Amino acid sequence: MAEIKVVVRGEVCPVPLVETRKAVRRAQPGDIIEIVGTHPSSKREIPMAVEALDLELLSVEGTDTDWVIRIRR
Amino acid sequence: MAQKATIVVQSGDMDKLYSSLIIANGALAMGMEVWMFFTFWGLQRLKKGGLEKGPLSKMHMLGFGKWMVKNRMKKANVASLERMFADFKELGGKIIACDMTMDIMGIKPEDLREDWVDECGGVGAYINQAQNSDLTLFI
Repeated sequence: MAEIKVVVRGEVCPVPLVETRKAVRRAQPGDIIEIVGTHPSSKREIPMAVEALDLELLSVEGTDTDWVIRIRR
Repeated sequence: MAQKATIVVQSGDMDKLYSSLIIANGALAMGMEVWMFFTFWGLQRLKKGGLEKGPLSKMHMLGFGKWMVKNRMKKANVASLERMFADFKELGGKIIACDMTMDIMGIKPEDLREDWVDECGGVGAYINQAQNSDLTLFI
C-alpha cells in the first residue's frame, strides 16, 4: 500500500481538484492520498469529489487557508 | 455508468473559454465524463497558435482590458489555458470540432491542435452525446 502526496499550496480553482483526481487515477485500490493546500473552497470541494468518486475520506485537518486532506482509494 | 457533461463552446472569448474549461475540468475531477463541442468562434481557439488570441467578452478596450485581467489572473495564480487543456486531456476529456464551421471558415483538420481534437463532427455528434448527458451547457 503506497502513500501519495499531492502538494497544491498556492494553487487555485480548479487545480487542487484536478490534481487530486490525477492522483486518484494513479493510485491503486487501498492507497492513501494526502493533499496539502491553501485554497479555501477546495477544502470543501475535495470531500465532495471524494463522495462523488465513492472513495473514503480519512481526515480533513487545518484551517481554510492551510489544510491537509487524507483519502483512501 | 459515470454521469456525463456536454459543453458547447461557441464563444472564442478568453474569459468564456476559461469558464468552459474550469467547469469541464471540475466535472472530470468529480468523476463525470465530459465532451466539449467547439463551434464557430470557439473553434478558432483550437487552431494551432490560436489559443491565447481570444478577446475579453466585456471591457476588452483594444486589448488593454484583456492585458489587465491577464495580469490579475497571473497574480491570483490561475492556471494557463494550455495547462487546463493538458489537464482536460489527461483526465480523459473528449473534444469534437464542428465540421460545418471548418467548411465555412476554411479550416482543415491539420490546422487544429490534433493533440486535443478527438473527432470532427456535426450536430449529430453533439446530440448523440447530449441526449444522455446529465449536464449540458452552451457557452
